[in-house]
Amino acid sequence: MSDPITQAGAPAPRSGDDKPRPGMSERSIGVLGDRKKARLDELARASSADRGGISLVRDAVRRLRRNPVAIVGATIVGLFILVAIFAPLIAPHDPVARFDELTKNLTVDSIPGASSEFPLGSDPLGRDFLSRMIYGARQTLFVGVLATLIGLALGVLIGAIAGAFGGWVDVVLMRLTDVMLALPSLLLAITLVAMASRSSQWTVIFAVAIVNVPIFARLLRGSMLAQRESDHVLAARALGVKERNIVLRHMLPNSLTAVIVQATLTFAVAILDAAALSFLGLGDPDINRAEWGLMLGVDGQRYFEVRPELAYYPALAIVVVALGFTLLGEAMREAIDPKNRR
Amino acid sequence: MLRVIVRRLLQLVVTLIALSALIFIWLRNLPGGPVEALLGERATPERRALLTKALGYDQPILVQYGKFMQRVVTGDFGNSIRSGDPVTEVISRAFPATIELALAAMIIAVGLGVPLGYLAARWRGRFLDNLTIAGTLLGISIPIFFLGYLLKDVFTQNIHWFPPSGRLTTGLDNTNVTGFFVLDGLLTREFDASADALWHLILPAITLATIPLAVIVRITRASVLDVLNEDYVRTAEAKGLRHRTIRGRHILRNALLPVVTTIGLQTGALLSGAVLTEKVYNWGGIGTLITDSITGGRDYPVLQAIILLAALIFVVVNLLVDLSYAFIDPRVRVR
Repeated sequence: MSDPITQAGAPAPRSGDDKPRPGMSERSIGVLGDRKKARLDELARASSADRGGISLVRDAVRRLRRNPVAIVGATIVGLFILVAIFAPLIAPHDPVARFDELTKNLTVDSIPGASSEFPLGSDPLGRDFLSRMIYGARQTLFVGVLATLIGLALGVLIGAIAGAFGGWVDVVLMRLTDVMLALPSLLLAITLVAMASRSSQWTVIFAVAIVNVPIFARLLRGSMLAQRESDHVLAARALGVKERNIVLRHMLPNSLTAVIVQATLTFAVAILDAAALSFLGLGDPDINRAEWGLMLGVDGQRYFEVRPELAYYPALAIVVVALGFTLLGEAMREAIDPKNRR
Repeated sequence: MLRVIVRRLLQLVVTLIALSALIFIWLRNLPGGPVEALLGERATPERRALLTKALGYDQPILVQYGKFMQRVVTGDFGNSIRSGDPVTEVISRAFPATIELALAAMIIAVGLGVPLGYLAARWRGRFLDNLTIAGTLLGISIPIFFLGYLLKDVFTQNIHWFPPSGRLTTGLDNTNVTGFFVLDGLLTREFDASADALWHLILPAITLATIPLAVIVRITRASVLDVLNEDYVRTAEAKGLRHRTIRGRHILRNALLPVVTTIGLQTGALLSGAVLTEKVYNWGGIGTLITDSITGGRDYPVLQAIILLAALIFVVVNLLVDLSYAFIDPRVRVR
């Protein structure tokens, strides 16, 4: 008989009948395993029958469709995009053409109002205001989308690098975003516009985009850092997935939902900021350009006493569209929040 | 606690130095620099060279920066290019106007925002709640300069309740002590000046308050809703405490922390908003100074100083906010 101490895990060595014991334990493990398997199968079947293994995104979309706030937001955004795309078909006139019928009535303190041919009247240069409003949707979408996308791209790049590498790279990059965040957003945008050798549409887009970079960067970095320690990343690492693929395939896609929601909210801020820059006289100097922020910030302000409609219509358009994006963005944020999963 | 303060102060210094270097390099490399702005049409190559030398712009950029920092530490930001006055003087002349406006706006935003947010949370889903939420959404979606013009049009053109612009009725003789006109009037017992200044302050303050107000209402509402579901609130109710006690000691006090953080963060929004509001109401503060420094010839020394000042204010206010946690929440003190 061997030494009981070296036989690790051997049950009570002196009991004599050691034969049935291993058999017993083998069987009990087998039964236990079967039961566990059955329970897991049942669980899997139950959950798949119930929800069909719904992903977070699909679940969120399902909840969005039930939310009236999201529907209102999405409708506004959808209409806005449609008007922007089909502007040439909807607009009754050329937005940059000056009409003699309008210019001949144009004086310093009177701008022609609505007529049957020009439903919203004239702008200060004798152009059809309605057509300019419709084409304005296009330019506003262009400025907003580009400013948001550039800000998003740069922010995601910085945030992803910081979140993926951690350590001193993270410290340096986050200090940089701190410096940018320490400046009031409009002041930063003004400084950036002042840097350009001459104002154009692009200085506005660029300035508004840069202002939003630190927000995206912080958001993405936070979400990626939280994932570094999470189970699915650990599992991927244990499987021997390359670090690069872990970042690109596992961490980044999981962080993007929050970024996309933020982008929706940023769009609203972007068109408001662009309007503010125009108002300060730092906007696009092209007088032919029809963009709501520009129309409100320049003509709307200058001719407010003469014809306040020149300010009212672009302002209303901006408010409605900004509201639409904000509603949609907030509904999306609420929908992807796991706390609200039902 | 002391270690936290020291660490935050060190961070502040690092942030400011990094910012000053960035701003310095950016603004120096601008096209159509200050020399052109000063000379305008009179620019000849000789004059340009002379002035470049006189202003020290011909030296290596690092030397310029070194000298700049040396002077900044002693509180000397050079002279304004437009007016020729020392930058510190130009800024300190405009500064009280903006602070007065920002403080008034903050009083409105906090004084109205916290109670509104609290009431909205208490009556969640009811009429007041829905109205409040709709109001905040509108508040953050409206361009505030447009709101300014709208208020100005309604309350100064249609109904003459408020003066359209400026900080005081012209011709009113007031003694300038601190630069805060409302306070000055009280200090010198020129109560008519004080009332007049207050009367001028109301519309701009409301305009500037919109965005912080909307944000504070939303955060307060969300924060109170979080706290309302906490176990300790139920416990307090079960103990039979009076509702007033529960509201004050349990709900509001615990819900206040995120609100205070938000108030700190809104300083940035106030400074941004001031640029727009001041232009609408011709207020003549820092915001006006910024716009003028860029559109009327690029006045770099003034711009540099304002940007640094804005960052300093923002970071210091947020440091103070963090420190105030210790007073609101004893748990922070222990840590």
